Amino acid sequence: MFANSECSAQLLIAPTGSGKTLAGFLPTIADLYLNPSPTLHTLYISPLKALASDIKRNLEAPISELKLSITVEDRTGDTKQSLKKKQRVIPPNILLTTPESLALLMSYPEAPRIFSTLKRIVVDEIHAITESKRGDQLFLALSNIRKYCQNVKIIGLSATVNDPSLIAGWLTPECDCNIIFSDSGLDPDVSILETSEPPPWAGSGGLYSIPEVINEIEKHKTTLIFHNTRAQAEIFFHNLWLANSENLPIAIHHGSLDKNQRKQVEASMVRGDLQAVVCTGSLDLGIDWGSVDLVIQIGAPRQVKRLVQRIGRANHSHSGVSKALIVPANRLEVLECFMALEAIYENKLDSELQTSIPLDVICQHLLLVACAGPFKPVDIFNEIRSITKYKNLTRVEFDKCLDFCITGGYALKKYEQWHRLVETSDGYVKLRDPRIANRLRMNAGTIQDSDTLKVKYKSKQGKSKGSSIGEVEEAFAISLTPGDTFLIGGKIVKFESLREMIVEVSRQPAKKPKIAVFSGTKFATSTLLCDRILKTLEEKSWENLPDYLCRWLKQQASYSKLPQSNSLLIETFPRNNLHYICVYGFAGRNAQQTLGLLLTKRMEEMGLNPLGFVANDYTTLVWGLTKVVDPTKLVGGENILRGLDLWLSNNAVMKRTFRSVATIAGLIERNLPGVKKSGRQATFSSDILYDTLLRYDPNHLLLQATKKEAMQGLVDFARIENMLEKTKNHITHVDLKRVSPFSAPLLLEAGRIPIHGSAIELMLDTEINSLIADAGLEY
Amino acid sequence: MNSYDFYLMGEKLSALGSGGLFWGDEKILCVSDLHLGKAHRLNRDGAGALPPYENIDTLKRLQADIRATNPSCVICLGDSFDDPLAERSLDSVEIDLLKTLQKDRDWIWISGNHDPYPSYSYRKYFNSFSKSSITFRHIALGSENGEISGHYHPKISINLSKATVSRACFIADQNRVIMPAYGTYTGGMSVLSDEIKALVEPDAAVMLTGSKIRVIPYSLCF
Repeated sequence: MFANSECSAQLLIAPTGSGKTLAGFLPTIADLYLNPSPTLHTLYISPLKALASDIKRNLEAPISELKLSITVEDRTGDTKQSLKKKQRVIPPNILLTTPESLALLMSYPEAPRIFSTLKRIVVDEIHAITESKRGDQLFLALSNIRKYCQNVKIIGLSATVNDPSLIAGWLTPECDCNIIFSDSGLDPDVSILETSEPPPWAGSGGLYSIPEVINEIEKHKTTLIFHNTRAQAEIFFHNLWLANSENLPIAIHHGSLDKNQRKQVEASMVRGDLQAVVCTGSLDLGIDWGSVDLVIQIGAPRQVKRLVQRIGRANHSHSGVSKALIVPANRLEVLECFMALEAIYENKLDSELQTSIPLDVICQHLLLVACAGPFKPVDIFNEIRSITKYKNLTRVEFDKCLDFCITGGYALKKYEQWHRLVETSDGYVKLRDPRIANRLRMNAGTIQDSDTLKVKYKSKQGKSKGSSIGEVEEAFAISLTPGDTFLIGGKIVKFESLREMIVEVSRQPAKKPKIAVFSGTKFATSTLLCDRILKTLEEKSWENLPDYLCRWLKQQASYSKLPQSNSLLIETFPRNNLHYICVYGFAGRNAQQTLGLLLTKRMEEMGLNPLGFVANDYTTLVWGLTKVVDPTKLVGGENILRGLDLWLSNNAVMKRTFRSVATIAGLIERNLPGVKKSGRQATFSSDILYDTLLRYDPNHLLLQATKKEAMQGLVDFARIENMLEKTKNHITHVDLKRVSPFSAPLLLEAGRIPIHGSAIELMLDTEINSLIADAGLEY
Repeated sequence: MNSYDFYLMGEKLSALGSGGLFWGDEKILCVSDLHLGKAHRLNRDGAGALPPYENIDTLKRLQADIRATNPSCVICLGDSFDDPLAERSLDSVEIDLLKTLQKDRDWIWISGNHDPYPSYSYRKYFNSFSKSSITFRHIALGSENGEISGHYHPKISINLSKATVSRACFIADQNRVIMPAYGTYTGGMSVLSDEIKALVEPDAAVMLTGSKIRVIPYSLCF
């Protein structure tokens, strides 16, 4: 099927667990069997390091059984430097890598020789890669190495997606991609885990379900327990062990754990030693775990697509049917879980493929290309445009990116003698100082998981010792004060000190941990799920829902009102001397968060002293010192849009987006965990850079890129606009004496965002005055 | 004016919300750690081309303070330039603004660890400078009384019930003042750090910069 195709690219769509990956390698093995050669033949790219090493294991077995002389090596962030160096001289026949490592390999002067013999490129789990900027990074790198191997064939392997032709367009410049659909297989067996205790009102851990989860683990051979964030996985794992009286072999696996620990867990899984693994997105994709016969999803899945992917992990039951259970983390999520089940059985998937051109990734690409050697701008421009997704990239945009790489792209010509890249007299562009190539490579990558620090035990002599227990986000580490306790790797540890980028801790067996702040990517509930929830609320089709949920819905309907899709419900109520506004936009977490920012800004302008807000996927709750009598004045369409630009430029989300854009484009250097910064380097507050740039150079490329990205990504403004359009600016305002059944859980929600406005200034005074008064001092 | 008055060796000093210090009786304005040219230096080191607007931003804020206080003498308390090359990186607009600020008043550069040598331009350099019973120097000796210094650029984080606020601050006891950094791209060191703890008495006062200057006893910061 693969070998016979005349097309330069192929896309195979098959459900998870159908063995599509190995199928992708068959032509390679056949070809290398017939024509052995010591050069690179096939490049395999996967979104996960773990997947690359898993494929390596699965390929090596048949190769050694058949006594073939085919070399297979992986090259990821975990590969030893010495091996990477060797690979640049003697590449293996089959190289297994990730988008990041491929971009780096492309940046070495040896790239033309390495890739000149390449015959096939296999991109695995392509649907997952194309969801983020990693897809851009990958396809820019492919556009670059393609010139060394004109006749290369690209094979994309994808799980079921909504619009395969979009992905196909990325694979090939000539639009001659052949799309192959495989049999979609049997319907999975998915249901909601029944628990003796109903889900709690708020929270995201799903701890209430532990007795039933243990019961299920006992009944099955191997269970994967998926969580949406690492912190939740840690807490759940800890509590699971506290309740694990039978000492069932249960382990934990997530991206912050130390590499060796992860590898141990993976190895024990393959051996079948483990009965359950608590995990996060790190196990979402293609690893073949042997005997998994049950998947439990803790917390609402947020996307049907992701849920389907996870369910596919459990493909080893006797019947061949994947079995999965969903555990809503709180009562609000129950409805979403039911909607996800419906969508699965109706075979509806959500699609959120990003189609914009991220200029920051292009900047990074240009810098890496320059590391490999001098280039002609027009060549690279044409290369990039050969990818269908970038065919609309204009020369003006490209030149702006190039100018950014050369001069920093500022209105001031400040760094003339110190440009990163220089133009040579014959029209080429090259690195000014070849020594900065390594520095640029170290900063490559598009994953903007916040920086992480290694965690180690501190010895009695005061030195940190042994291997690291895991990693925590830098922001979390900074928030710790000595004596604080937190969970990592299922253990409670006490924070001692932060030294040379290492978090030093001591064992703390008994104490209750300080809960880790939220971490990892927060997925917003998809439009598909939000619409289904609203529809169910509206139609009151509640027969299949559990009693406790129906009671809650009915209470809301009688005390206040139920949210509708054709009108925006807003509740106002007082509580503990604060005034609250609750807006039921059902626009997903990011958009609801943006709504919070917009509302508080309006309130600040109107002198309503907002103090902060919190948002979940359905609602935004804002509080302040002053009662808002008429919230329609706040929310009404034009009011919300008024001053959007000014607001955008000054909000925290933009600053966060700027940090990631500026890091990808190479303006800010990544903090490398475990590497101490010398005095000549500096950690920069990206907020200050942002403010300065905004004041003196508001049209700078990175500010434009930030705005574009924020509008679609974290700000998700499109969904606010959709929501306003659907409700046609119609607002239902209910003024209540106390909190409503639906808004009560929000009071318990984590992730509150403070507003640093007039109210904070007032409170700062109050706090300082009371500090001083308490101490009996006077100044 | 957004300022807070306190006394050092019997002299009345005003901490300004901007991070400057004004000695009204002597008409002296003191600012510390401007780190002019920092972006330029980092760019030279290959650390990326940061927005090169911090010099003009720093100088414009200094201009505002000079307009407000009309000092007869300005003291820059060391680390005024990020390094000797950075000093030469100032462009004509920045140099013109600096010269305008220097016009009709004394201007004293104190040498710092980043700029230890006398500057070839823009006037006088001193290791330290004394007036009455007060001495200005870059790094606190700790053994001398009446000392105003920079170098450590203290900052403080305060937990409010729903937010954490971080501000650059002055810290002053009866014998010395440690100034916050004035430069746009200059960060700070926590007032709880060992270095600062070793220099000031527990009865020191912490003065927060910002739109309204606020004071907290140092003992309450722990």
